[in-house]
Amino acid sequence: MTKYIIRRLLQTIPVLIGVSILVFSLMHLIPGDPAQIIAGEGAPEKTVEQIRERLGLNDPIHKQYLNYMGGVVQGDLGNSVRSGRPVVDEIKTRFWVTLELATYATILAVFIGLMAGIISAVRHYTFTDTAIMIVALFGLSMPNFWLGLLLIDWFAVGGDWLPAWAKLRPSGWGDSWRQVILPVITLGTGGAAIIARMTRSSMLEVISQDYIRTARAKGLSDRVVTYRHALKNALIPVVTVVGLEFGGFLGGAVLTETIFAINGMGRLTVQAINTRDFPIVQGAVLVISVLFVFVNLIVDISYKLLNKRIDLG
Amino acid sequence: MAETILDVRDLRTSFYTDEGEVKAVDGVSFSVPKGKTIGIVGESGSGKSITSLSILRLLASNGKVVGGEVRFKGDNLLAYSEKKMRGLRGNKISMIFQEPMTSLNPVFTVGQQISETLIEHQGMSKKAAMAKSVDLLKLVGIPSPEKRVKQYPYELSGGMRQRVMIAIALACNPEILIADEPTTALDVTIQAQILGLIRDLQQRMGMSVVLITHDLGVVAETCDYVAVMYAGQVVEYSDVRTLFRKPRHPYTIGLLKSLPRPDADQEKLVPIHGTVPSPLHMPVGCRFNPRCPAATDLCREQLPDLFDDGEGNQVRCWIYNEQWPGEKEVDVFGEERIARR
Amino acid sequence: MTQQAAAAGSAKRYNPRLELYKGIWKRLRKNKSAVIGGGIVIFFILLAIFGPMLTGVDPNATDITNKNQPPSADHWFGTDNYGRDMFTRIIYGTKLTLIVGFLSVFIGGAVGVVFGIVSGYYGGWVDAVIMRIMDVLLAFPGILLALAIVSVLGGSLTNMIIAIGIFSVPAFARIVRGSALSVRKLEYIDAMKALGASDIRIIFKHILPNVTSPIIVQATLRIATAVLTASGLSFLGLGAQPPAPEWGAMLSAGRTYMHDAPHMVLIPGIMIVIVVLAFNIFGDGLRDALDPKMNK
Repeated sequence: MTKYIIRRLLQTIPVLIGVSILVFSLMHLIPGDPAQIIAGEGAPEKTVEQIRERLGLNDPIHKQYLNYMGGVVQGDLGNSVRSGRPVVDEIKTRFWVTLELATYATILAVFIGLMAGIISAVRHYTFTDTAIMIVALFGLSMPNFWLGLLLIDWFAVGGDWLPAWAKLRPSGWGDSWRQVILPVITLGTGGAAIIARMTRSSMLEVISQDYIRTARAKGLSDRVVTYRHALKNALIPVVTVVGLEFGGFLGGAVLTETIFAINGMGRLTVQAINTRDFPIVQGAVLVISVLFVFVNLIVDISYKLLNKRIDLG
Repeated sequence: MAETILDVRDLRTSFYTDEGEVKAVDGVSFSVPKGKTIGIVGESGSGKSITSLSILRLLASNGKVVGGEVRFKGDNLLAYSEKKMRGLRGNKISMIFQEPMTSLNPVFTVGQQISETLIEHQGMSKKAAMAKSVDLLKLVGIPSPEKRVKQYPYELSGGMRQRVMIAIALACNPEILIADEPTTALDVTIQAQILGLIRDLQQRMGMSVVLITHDLGVVAETCDYVAVMYAGQVVEYSDVRTLFRKPRHPYTIGLLKSLPRPDADQEKLVPIHGTVPSPLHMPVGCRFNPRCPAATDLCREQLPDLFDDGEGNQVRCWIYNEQWPGEKEVDVFGEERIARR
Repeated sequence: MTQQAAAAGSAKRYNPRLELYKGIWKRLRKNKSAVIGGGIVIFFILLAIFGPMLTGVDPNATDITNKNQPPSADHWFGTDNYGRDMFTRIIYGTKLTLIVGFLSVFIGGAVGVVFGIVSGYYGGWVDAVIMRIMDVLLAFPGILLALAIVSVLGGSLTNMIIAIGIFSVPAFARIVRGSALSVRKLEYIDAMKALGASDIRIIFKHILPNVTSPIIVQATLRIATAVLTASGLSFLGLGAQPPAPEWGAMLSAGRTYMHDAPHMVLIPGIMIVIVVLAFNIFGDGLRDALDPKMNK
């Protein structure tokens, strides 16, 4: 097991390096002269040269990368070309907003997804099962920003109902329940659908296993067989999906934050793309990806731990 | 014959699939005397496992018992409520399965899986149940049971796991143990050990055993009575000595002829030609008729009943009935049979 | 003689591959979701090809006097903020949506399959390098990779197709690699090699046929994802540019008028849902039909 963890840790090193190279290259993949594009068309040559100087674009490329990485390791992601402030400062507060949003969305998706999936599996091939699975298919096929727009339209009219809720949250985005609940629903729905489908198929597979027949032959009730013997086994593969969904939410936050005007990493990224503030784009993409890599690492290890008994069996 | 504890009469079980109704079990009758071992023998697909699952009503959701009776001490189990049935399973009637590797739940310890039955049926406390689990592991011959009780199935070998399954089955001193091919998945040496263990425990605890197997050798060694199954039906039922000395159904004769036997003055092995019919396309009349060397028009038209010889031995074959239209002496797989006794 | 003739006759008639396809087709026809999903997909393909001929209206013809009109007999899906006929725009948009879906998945699939086969078949350091690259691509969660790519290339329909294509590569590479790996380990492949079969021949004759089913299933489901991602990028203004009648872009444009003219948001959204749903259902059905093992 320790060997697996060490191997898995070592595996993430090349991935992290790869991610950093890719993010670094973003600036250089821009067709044409990045400095010119950042400065805008028709900008005086002096300004362009200044930008080029500031971003170190005159250095040979490997030196540029090493400089960039040197900074990253020390927590320096460069400076915004618009505000001139360090990228780290721009990102810092927004990072927690996105993390919080993604966490709530994960909790919602896991809660609803598990419930729906279990009910569906227990009542498989009944009307309830079909209904849940059809709803899940819709959840899976809906653009989340569209759902968000509809929610805003349906609920944004009328008074604030639960204003105090927002105060409890550390990052303090949004100041009414709608601004917390609606984005979380918007972001979490697709994930809930995926988890529901996954839970259902995993449960159905487990229910056909020999040890479930053994449990029934012991004279245990259906309840005990389902919730004690089947569920515990069925949840193991669901763990991986939860990790992937969390990552998906970090990425999906781009759209959710945009429509709800939440000042998180996603909205920051979109704004930076529109103002061609590439250091910010690079910083935001790098931070989210590195976080995702570590989430996956944790998920893989916990899956391995949970699955140990089955794997070796 | 001793008192009958389990009596299965004309059991019929069907599965409902996309291709239609599959009559997996279609007329199975046998009885289990108290304290004795009965073997149910047949090729794979003959319906012997489905028979055992039907007795405990553990069929998959697309399977249903459609007819017959299963009388346990006179009560028809098929009429029991699900709740009453649960009180019986693992308590009065226990079952062990073919695949010890996959029959234990991978996420619970051995001890948890044994004590669960005790807590359910005997209302024991967790602690008492765990202590009893250790005793049971000792009973089924597992060394250092105090350690094993805390282990997970993956830490045990196949033979060990089957012993654990037996411990679970015997936890509540059942009156009947149904063992569905308990040794098929195990090594030959382990097979003998497990069979020996079952026989030994049976004598000590005085329970009846229903042993399902495809292995006539195991039957000869272990059983008192035998029911031979073919294509979802019992074709012959008798005590084990009669079956091996004077097999009567052509299928049984064929089976024995196709086996190498060191005791008999056997010249060569005679195979049964043809294959087991598909349950979706059962032949009309006697199900064995397409493969039977003695088949007559009667056999091809009408399904024979299980005819009793008055001594408790039964056979599903026209040869032993007054209506038999053929010769008095019939040659079946090189064995000369006399039509009426 | 007669026996020989009969044997030759049956050999001619019995074609295992044909039998396999027949079996798949039979299961597919029986599978309700495959039939419904496939039917809707075909309907949209026909609509994309022949729809524009039928409407006879210019999707970009503006009519300021008639802007933001709700659905009516003249304008089945109403008009947008420039008074353009939404129904016509939706029909023209079908083509864009399907082009983005099919083309990006085709690009991603082609590259992914090549990577996967090379990786699985040759193994060793080639495999290690390719798979680490795939890991890197997968490290960008969800829409983020496509977003980053579009951000440097600039927002346009073509760039969006490229971005979504790259985003689809790892999924294909992983599936194909797994299958290629398991086929390569089979003994008959060693036998083929010993007999002097070339790598190319083994790959095309033995490995590719074995991975077709998972590729088809994956491609169908990936088209659904691609359409969703594309609508998101266009919504952010990073995909198809106005006045292209792309559904995501239409949604984005209608956003401002959502309260007074909800059809501008509702209709493109519903269209996206139907198309994505159709591909998802069809993909599920295909998976059941192509992989009978999973049915049980």
